[in-house]
Amino acid sequence: MTSAVELSGITKRFGDVVAVDNVDLSIADGEFFAMLGPSGCGKTTTLRLIAGLEFPTEGSLSIFGQEVGTLTPDKRPVNTVFQNYALFPHLTVLENVGFGLKMQGIDKETIRSRSMEMIELVQLDGLAERKPSQMSGGQQQRVALARALVNQPKVLLLDEPLGALDLKLRQEMQLELKKLQRDVGISFVFVTHDQEEALTMSDRIAVMDDGKLLQVATPEEIYERPANRFVADFIGQTNLLEGTVSDAETVILENGISVRAKNGFIAGTHVAVSLRPERAHIQSQGKFEEGWSHVNGSVETVTYLGNALIYGIKLDWMDLEVREENHPGVELHRPGAEITVSWDPEAISVVSN
Amino acid sequence: MKTVVKIDTETATATPEFEKAALRQESRRGLFLALPAYLYLIFFFVISLFIVFIYSFATRNRFGGTDLSGWNLDSYARISEPIVRDVLFRSVWLAFLTTVICLVIAYPFAYFLSTRRVAVRNIMLVFVMIPFWTNFLVRNFAWRVILGNDGPLTNATEFVGLGSAELLFTQTAVVLGLVYGYLPFMILPLYAAIERIDRRLLEASRDLYGTGLQSFRHVLFPLSMPGVIAGSILVFVPSLGAYVTPEILGGAKTTLLGSYIVTQFLTARNWPFGAALSFVLMLVMLVTTIVYFRKGGRTL
Repeated sequence: MTSAVELSGITKRFGDVVAVDNVDLSIADGEFFAMLGPSGCGKTTTLRLIAGLEFPTEGSLSIFGQEVGTLTPDKRPVNTVFQNYALFPHLTVLENVGFGLKMQGIDKETIRSRSMEMIELVQLDGLAERKPSQMSGGQQQRVALARALVNQPKVLLLDEPLGALDLKLRQEMQLELKKLQRDVGISFVFVTHDQEEALTMSDRIAVMDDGKLLQVATPEEIYERPANRFVADFIGQTNLLEGTVSDAETVILENGISVRAKNGFIAGTHVAVSLRPERAHIQSQGKFEEGWSHVNGSVETVTYLGNALIYGIKLDWMDLEVREENHPGVELHRPGAEITVSWDPEAISVVSN
Repeated sequence: MKTVVKIDTETATATPEFEKAALRQESRRGLFLALPAYLYLIFFFVISLFIVFIYSFATRNRFGGTDLSGWNLDSYARISEPIVRDVLFRSVWLAFLTTVICLVIAYPFAYFLSTRRVAVRNIMLVFVMIPFWTNFLVRNFAWRVILGNDGPLTNATEFVGLGSAELLFTQTAVVLGLVYGYLPFMILPLYAAIERIDRRLLEASRDLYGTGLQSFRHVLFPLSMPGVIAGSILVFVPSLGAYVTPEILGGAKTTLLGSYIVTQFLTARNWPFGAALSFVLMLVMLVTTIVYFRKGGRTL
């Protein structure tokens, strides 16, 4: 099957700056695909390359098998929901939504009926004659979606679509976007710097940094088996314990303790063991689960979150963060308490530096 | 002591009384600061205009003086005379032509300017304004040399075998001169308007299947309308009343309203008629401006 979007060897330079560095990427039809990374990592440029708002310096780009690398945006079967929406301020909602159809020379009656249909789909009935400036951020977001989807694009591109909304509205829109994507059945490619948003919404995530594609995988895989140190650190919270590979089963940590850690590196490689805060467990000193790796330390800080407790743990050679769910009867440790931190060797991952 | 707060139910707003009082005080202070400008305008503009208005109903006497008696509308009636009508129509037409040409030339330049880096923009804006450093009269005489019988333009057209370009003392020369003189007044407001437009709106238009031309027509141009209106008025109004340029570059056959009015005052010594013409000219400008604003206001 041909993929919806296919990038091979795509590089984009702005003068001396390499914004996108030799990226190979294949996005399947009907997929909810996130591009995640810190600002300036090249994710937005990649999206703009697909939209046709930038042209690749090198490499080829195709949409459903058709090479589009040199085509202008109006010649590509994709539409974009812009960051901050970029709605036309001089046009009404109806005119905004109908803009794409009008540009394609479709007759007025069809434009009107299809636009109205779309406005209903995004639940803006009754607001068709409003100007964008008379609408809330959430409503503008819906107009932007309707304006793009009315053209029945083969792929919808979204640039930080929820960035301008407040937290509660953002969570609502996340679910709605997901539902909308299932309903229309096309692939959504969306750019975000919010890792939680990427994890909750996407079928697959591409993590980028410094113009390079670091890992493309499902949210679960990205979280459980990060490809490298950057991904482990960027997605969710984690403790990175520096060490050296001893063999395929063992890593020797900085302080000389060897811990069980399955890895694919050759002996002597410097690595980091990624231990998620919620995967570690605290008990009073000397107590730990059978067969688990363990280190001794003391409690430095306790943060009470209601549903959980975050412990700041001081080890001899570094600090750790541990999250304990606040189950009934859970043992509470006070700052200064001597404790043992233990973890299931299967629950960690080893990443290259 | 008990204070009675009177609430005006008609104008009551969320603003508490003391804030309103503060606002009033603030506006009084503002009036005081504006007083010099008001006085100056009232004295030199309103009063002098009023004198002209009075004169337009007066009668010219046999010795070229003006009798401030026997008020009548004769001067206004003369405007329907063919000669006067021709001058009026010609002036409006040339001012309109000047405005359109300025718009067509200035728009691409203003757009180009808005896409440059800030430092480059500022330098280019200075270039736009450099001509103002030279006296307007001198610059018009320079045009006379350029367009003249042995000037560079004629030499150039003769050299390439197009014959002698006899432009001086024609309407074309007047329009050329007016466009040259007023182009900056079109560029500056256009640039200010275009510069404010969010570039992503143009990207959105391209993304929504608009060609470059369609994006201009449906997005860029409508959004730059405030600049188009402001620039057009700033060019049209002075072009309509232009005196220096038509006088120097135009011939006897191309008398425009400005020169015609001056003739009434100085040569024909018919002050009432000159005053009436001035008022008609102002009326045309006022109506044009209002119509243009209304029309533009709707598309915004």
